[in-house]
Amino acid sequence: MKLKNIEETFFKALMIASTLAIAGVLLMIIGTIVYKGLPSLTWDMVTKLPGGGFYLGKEGGVLNAIVGSIYIVAGSLVLSLFMSIPVVMYINFYLPKKSWFASVVRFSFDILFGIPSIVYGAFGFALMVYLGVRASLMGGIITIAMLITPIMMRSLDEVARLQSRDLPDALLSLGATKLEMIRVITRQIMPGLMTAVLLAVGRGIGDAATVLFTAGFTDNIPQSLNQPVATLPLAIFFQLGSPVEEVQNRAYASAVILTVIILLLSFSARFFSSRYSKSKI
Amino acid sequence: MRTANFPLEITQELLFSKALHEGVINRQTQNYSLQTDKLNVFIDNQHILKDIDLRIPEKSITCIIGPSGCGKSTLLKTFNRMHDETPEVKVTGRVVVDGLNIYDSKTNVIDTRKKMGLLAQRPCPLPMSIYDNVAFGPKIHGLRKRKSLNQMVIQYLQYVGLWEEVKGRIRTPASRLSIGQQQRLCLARGLAVEPHFILGDEATSALDPISTKKIEELFLKLKEKYTVVLVTHTLRQARRIADYVVFMYMGKVIEAGTTEQFFNHPTKQLTKEYLSGSFS
Amino acid sequence: MKQIRAIKERTARYVMLGLAIFALVLLVVIGISLLIKALPIIREKGMITLLTSSDWRPLKNEFGFLPFILSTLYVSLIAIAIALPLSLLASVYLNTYASGKVRKMFQPFIDVLSGIPSVIYGVWGTLAIVPLIANHIAPHFIEFSSGYSMLAGGVVLAVMILPLLISILVEVFQSIPREMTDASLQLGATKWQTVKQVLLRKSFPGIMAAVVLSVSRAFGETIAVLMVCGNITQMPSGLFDACYPLPALIANNYGEMMSMPSYESALMLAAFLLFIIVLVFNALSRLTLVQIERRYHL
Repeated sequence: MKLKNIEETFFKALMIASTLAIAGVLLMIIGTIVYKGLPSLTWDMVTKLPGGGFYLGKEGGVLNAIVGSIYIVAGSLVLSLFMSIPVVMYINFYLPKKSWFASVVRFSFDILFGIPSIVYGAFGFALMVYLGVRASLMGGIITIAMLITPIMMRSLDEVARLQSRDLPDALLSLGATKLEMIRVITRQIMPGLMTAVLLAVGRGIGDAATVLFTAGFTDNIPQSLNQPVATLPLAIFFQLGSPVEEVQNRAYASAVILTVIILLLSFSARFFSSRYSKSKI
Repeated sequence: MRTANFPLEITQELLFSKALHEGVINRQTQNYSLQTDKLNVFIDNQHILKDIDLRIPEKSITCIIGPSGCGKSTLLKTFNRMHDETPEVKVTGRVVVDGLNIYDSKTNVIDTRKKMGLLAQRPCPLPMSIYDNVAFGPKIHGLRKRKSLNQMVIQYLQYVGLWEEVKGRIRTPASRLSIGQQQRLCLARGLAVEPHFILGDEATSALDPISTKKIEELFLKLKEKYTVVLVTHTLRQARRIADYVVFMYMGKVIEAGTTEQFFNHPTKQLTKEYLSGSFS
Repeated sequence: MKQIRAIKERTARYVMLGLAIFALVLLVVIGISLLIKALPIIREKGMITLLTSSDWRPLKNEFGFLPFILSTLYVSLIAIAIALPLSLLASVYLNTYASGKVRKMFQPFIDVLSGIPSVIYGVWGTLAIVPLIANHIAPHFIEFSSGYSMLAGGVVLAVMILPLLISILVEVFQSIPREMTDASLQLGATKWQTVKQVLLRKSFPGIMAAVVLSVSRAFGETIAVLMVCGNITQMPSGLFDACYPLPALIANNYGEMMSMPSYESALMLAAFLLFIIVLVFNALSRLTLVQIERRYHL
């Protein structure tokens, strides 16, 4: 009789401890990064390109990587939207509710979502070699698009499934074509779309393994799609590999920049998704 | 012989040593009393139950009837404190079971629930074998002896008339039983905890007529030893098996009395209208 | 006017269908093209030799993947061994004990944890975990460890798969019908007894699916692991030894080895192996999860 009460208390304490530990780990990660990176984080870091001797600890910043990451993510976002919105609309509003084709397509998103980024990177590179394209902005955009499209599709699909079928039915009964209906629905699910976009951007901006071979690296901001491009994760990775202490410190500072970007994206995603308050963890 | 605070282990000893051969539920029941004082329930600040004052007669069947949404299931849930599991629900007032207010901060929820055997609307076998379903209650309350457990399982399965039907496959998952069998299994499972009260929340509404009849017969058998409280949505069922009827409407008790009196000489206008079928 | 609308409608339908099919085909294309690239080395050495040999000397044309496969396996197992108990306890707490308020408060932590890029986890690993192992943990067991080790990889990976594990586990627990846990509580079981005997038992397939899914996520994780696990080609033998998982092997060498066709083919084989393993694991666990969802929500 007493034993089970002791057990109850013990496990409850253990559960609370685990939950707190998980929250604590996150705070510790952010704390460590900020603590190490903040001292080296200067205005120059975010506004200047790497100067001569940057990798020996001299003047400059990582503007090339920040802008590069933005270019890549913006490009891949456009590609990915063109891909995912039609597909999600098709499987949700064109196909009947219990269509096997829709389940197969959904299932394939789930699988694509699980494919490691290094495999996308290797595949992207193999593809580029086959097509005779060098590591470039174009290559980066295409591979990151492959990486983020499944994410986008999954979260869009979730929103689209929550959308009641009343609105589509009402529109169709007014004599709208399905295409016109889709336009209205897309407007309707805008907040959900924003969440999906922010999630995908977060994932795309932070991924290193995909762009490692496909985007290259450069100290300049690319002027065309054929030029190589720097990315923030790789900038961190390469600077950290340097034996020079100043450069390592800049890696930490760059990590702070990336973390801040991710946090901003994550919280704005939360802001949008709170309108779709599906109580889910 | 048995008091409310009696340790379970000892009662089980007694049950097995002397009582076993004389039939299943061989218990000299003391007076198992259940009453409510000024019971109010709020869900999300909505007033669901309003000043319920009830005395449930012992060793008899009391049926709570009323239109859906009148609060009858909510009332039933206050008896075993299942509202504790939903944070939005607030309960005020007293529910006195065997002389103890179960909403007193000193009263243990688990002891209360042990006294209340509940039969839910739909049978919900636990994800384990038929045997383990019945043995679940005794086990969690500390009974370990294999032999006693075996006896107990057989005894309660016999009591609900399920033993002959399942004795060859007692180790197979309970979910394979038919829905009527599942409901009787759930009853056996509840009885194995040795409750003082049997609560039924529309316990036959999901069943076919034959299974319903079996369950109703069991209720009639149970009232010899237990106090039975049933929520039911069919007037006919109340007429068939109830000794006492409580009629609720909009969170209030409108009228309560013996079955004979209630159906034949209702005093309130609302009751008359309800009985004549003007609303349901 | 009417006709234009109809044409638009029909074109859109076909474009959409085409894109949906493209999404399906992409999976097959990735697999096939990796396989084609890997075929030369498979033809030359034979699959069994490649998988079971531990000799890795690309310059002498010897490609034994065993050290990398074992490294990947060990690191992932360490990760799940750390992450599973933590996430089980936390998600049971969130599902069964915590109030809605606590659950809402905890959600952002999971969101941010899953959003943090792997390179940041790598930086954190080198700053916090590697020194911790080198200075405080390893000295109790062995004479020297640089800290860049299998254990470091496992710990970092464990943190990285936590959010995935927790969000799937919570979803699995939520799919268990409330009546079932209520039935146990009504019999007078304590919450923990209910969790142990009903909730965990009933969610076993879902928990397995979550584990498989997270392990496959761990298999493919590249940069973070690469940054903390030492990357020395050797048969991994202890927690504090350096190891060299498959994704790190690809990341470190690909692109530079274009001049050696057999090396490139070997690395493509590594990518293909990862692809197939992850594909199978994912397919199995997703199918399980879909079934669970279907059983309780339809």
